[in-house]
Amino acid sequence: MTKPGIAVGRSVPRVDADAKLRGVAKYIDDLRLPGCLYGVTVRSTIAFGAIKKIEFDPCCPWKEAVIATTKDIPGENCVAVIEADQPLLAPGRVLHPMEPILLVAHPDRNMVWQALRHVKVTYEEMDPVLSIEESLARKQLLRGTDNVFKEYLIEHGDIAKGFAAADFIVQGEYRTQAQEHAYIEPNAMAAWVEADGTIVVAGSMQCPFYVQKALKRIFPDRNIRVMQAVTGGAFGGKEDYPSMLAGHVALLAVKSRRPVKMLYDRSEDMASTTKRHPSVVRHRTGLTRDGRLTAQDIDVLFDGGAYLTLSPVVLSRGTLHATGPYACPNVRVRSRAMATNTPPNGAFRGFGAPQTLFAAETHWEKIAAETGLDPLALRRKNLVRPGSVLATGQVLKESVSASEALERCVRICSYDKTRRRYSAANRKPGPVWRGIGLALVHHGPGFTGSGEVTLASRAAVALEADGTVSVLAATTEMGQGEATVLAQIVAETLGLDMALVRVATPDTAKVPNSGPTVASRTTMIIGGILMKAAAKLKEAVAEELGAFPTTAAGLKKAARKLCAKGPLHVEEEYQKPPEVVWNETAYRGDAYGVYGYEAIAVDLSVDRVTYEVKVRRVTASTDVGRAIHPDLVRGQIAGGTVQGLGWALTENTVFSRGRMVNSQFTNYIIPTFADAPDMDLDIIENPYSRGPYGAKGIGELPHNAPAPAVAAAVRHATGLLVPDLPILPEKICHGLLAKGRKGS
Amino acid sequence: MKRRPAPHTTRLPRKGRLVITVNGKKRSYAGPAFKRLIDVLREDFGLTGTKEGCGEGECGACTVLLDGLPVASCIIPVSQVSGRKVETVESLANRSLSPLQRSFMEEAAAQCGICTPGILLTAWSWVKAGGSADRDAIRRHLSGNLCRCTGYQSIVDAVVKTIKKRGGR
Repeated sequence: MTKPGIAVGRSVPRVDADAKLRGVAKYIDDLRLPGCLYGVTVRSTIAFGAIKKIEFDPCCPWKEAVIATTKDIPGENCVAVIEADQPLLAPGRVLHPMEPILLVAHPDRNMVWQALRHVKVTYEEMDPVLSIEESLARKQLLRGTDNVFKEYLIEHGDIAKGFAAADFIVQGEYRTQAQEHAYIEPNAMAAWVEADGTIVVAGSMQCPFYVQKALKRIFPDRNIRVMQAVTGGAFGGKEDYPSMLAGHVALLAVKSRRPVKMLYDRSEDMASTTKRHPSVVRHRTGLTRDGRLTAQDIDVLFDGGAYLTLSPVVLSRGTLHATGPYACPNVRVRSRAMATNTPPNGAFRGFGAPQTLFAAETHWEKIAAETGLDPLALRRKNLVRPGSVLATGQVLKESVSASEALERCVRICSYDKTRRRYSAANRKPGPVWRGIGLALVHHGPGFTGSGEVTLASRAAVALEADGTVSVLAATTEMGQGEATVLAQIVAETLGLDMALVRVATPDTAKVPNSGPTVASRTTMIIGGILMKAAAKLKEAVAEELGAFPTTAAGLKKAARKLCAKGPLHVEEEYQKPPEVVWNETAYRGDAYGVYGYEAIAVDLSVDRVTYEVKVRRVTASTDVGRAIHPDLVRGQIAGGTVQGLGWALTENTVFSRGRMVNSQFTNYIIPTFADAPDMDLDIIENPYSRGPYGAKGIGELPHNAPAPAVAAAVRHATGLLVPDLPILPEKICHGLLAKGRKGS
Repeated sequence: MKRRPAPHTTRLPRKGRLVITVNGKKRSYAGPAFKRLIDVLREDFGLTGTKEGCGEGECGACTVLLDGLPVASCIIPVSQVSGRKVETVESLANRSLSPLQRSFMEEAAAQCGICTPGILLTAWSWVKAGGSADRDAIRRHLSGNLCRCTGYQSIVDAVVKTIKKRGGR
């Protein structure tokens, strides 16, 4: 590891640790709002149809309640994300189960839930589109003329030539299921109206300015102020949905003229809010006799759900990662996001990349099975190196660590030796089969393509009158450690003790718009902007006083001199590195400024009687550029890995007529302490010249690798390749029976 | 339909007052007998450190210690804890953090923090009872508490560290 600075490179205590450990951090449910009402949502019980009649059971004391319907929406009935196709409340027809129809608020938090049973909605049902296949077959037309929300095409080289030159051609189809974020704090939001008419919304969220932008369309004549409360996990699940919830709670607050809270219970949260897009990915791959790629033809299909929401950008990232971190001279990737009558799918850690990388990495196992070549040797032969060209024409210039990550991981877990040992043991009788499997993945941190240029994020640092330095950004702390890492970067740049740097809570009335807290962009992009701002602040103070003071007393003295008229404020905007060039129309160029790389090995056992999979150990070698806070980096890798293992093995979303039916922790199984393995986390620091202190974004990368490594390890253990997630014991059982093989 | 009272609004018989020792202090409660313990702690006693994650006893975010043992306060009616001792996260620290909380801080074992109070209490019940530093045993003891951020590793590290600091093995 690089030598630590005064703040950067050190695992300092998290700035939010004390409050969270004492239980005094205020999540939105902990906020006391005198006189507040509690709001609930009447939702559709069918997947697709027209609303014929809404009746209120006359036995209920409706006078005590406040009811908001589409008629109460002063502006547009929409939740603006990329487009504005999703209504805030269903306008006469519903396109998916659990679609919001109307809202009820009541002072009694328990009573209000009972109201839901006494609103009767009558529908004229239509036959819904419930799968990617039904959408492709145009069972109903939900979007345009073909049900396609968005499609991309990447063409590189000449695949016909590539296949002509191939000695082997291997085809495979891979499927992944929807995944629930399962943040432990469900979505929750409060709203009230100030004396001047300003609507204030506070709650659990990733993107305060997204919420503000959405509310402006709903309430065009109001000032909107959005504040983040302490947020109990998000993982992408609080990227776009909070805009919907904020619209609802604000509507009730405006109508009732009282503060209103809306707190989803677990089941409502799981059944109504966004999920990871289910996917079907098909690969056709040409290789030479010695295993060199000659052609990759990849077809990607994502289930977008009923509305567009974030599907185009999720699909874009999935498309751009679909080849895996490999160099192939002839590539075609075609991808489509399809409309179905299910709740809209949205952002989830990895943002489309885990789906396409599951296919790309698992396909090596298929290739290995059909050609007899070794999956590790195949990866070594084809992985990207400095100078490699990706399918978009991007030439990888720096911080390219695919090979280093793979070799370090393989060495640490003694991959070859372990593999031989397990293969030998599996031939003898015993209670379990053992297996070890690899995956090598990449992830582009920051917005895709020209996204960062469009966002033009701004962030600021300020010397305050009290002699502290504040960090001003809309970037949210949701557990990942944003507040600590940004404070470290600013403290390091100024040469200050961390205690003198304070990170402001995101509030659209107080902080500049640094964009959404998504896409592994916080450390790399916002940290980079803040580093520049801090350097300018340092310069400005030094110009006045000769040098920037680094002690508390010195800073106080400087503040007295320089902050008489208010804080000394330096705001900076994102500047695109000139060498990063992307052509949005041609969909070619540098899709991301840089990539992070990770190789992992999953060591597991499969019970020979029950086919239950137990993950024993995970080894991960991860290139993060520079670890600003090594413990937080390990926290991201460990957390993302276990989330990925859950997706691979147990997180089975079950839908019936488009509705998630296992919307509880009782039957949607996320990994527990006992399921999660001990992990060897090996941090590689291969600095990126454009990242602050060399850092690259790390939040999503660790979710990309576990699932294909599990599939590879299960194949090693059992001889069976399960190409669709989750890899449930039933699938292993049926697969082995079909092959005429069984356990004990 | 008549406006039927929900079960939790059933009043306690007779005087209907019960006494619970919460964090070492005797508190009296007069209200619906079947109100959930978590709601009494949060709403009646203002102890909002106890969090609700699922409302069905699966996630463990609402864990408190009842006579020293971890229970899910979202599925316990308050009448069941009459005369008994309840400890919440607020009992762990004085002015300074407890050794267990300090280990959590040093290991960065709290991320979003919503599961942290419950996990601290379950972990404390293990440490206090002289539980071993064996990682698998700790994992089994804590397996009723879900965390979605950490992948659990840093939490196990923090518990092991606390036990070792106390001279345990």
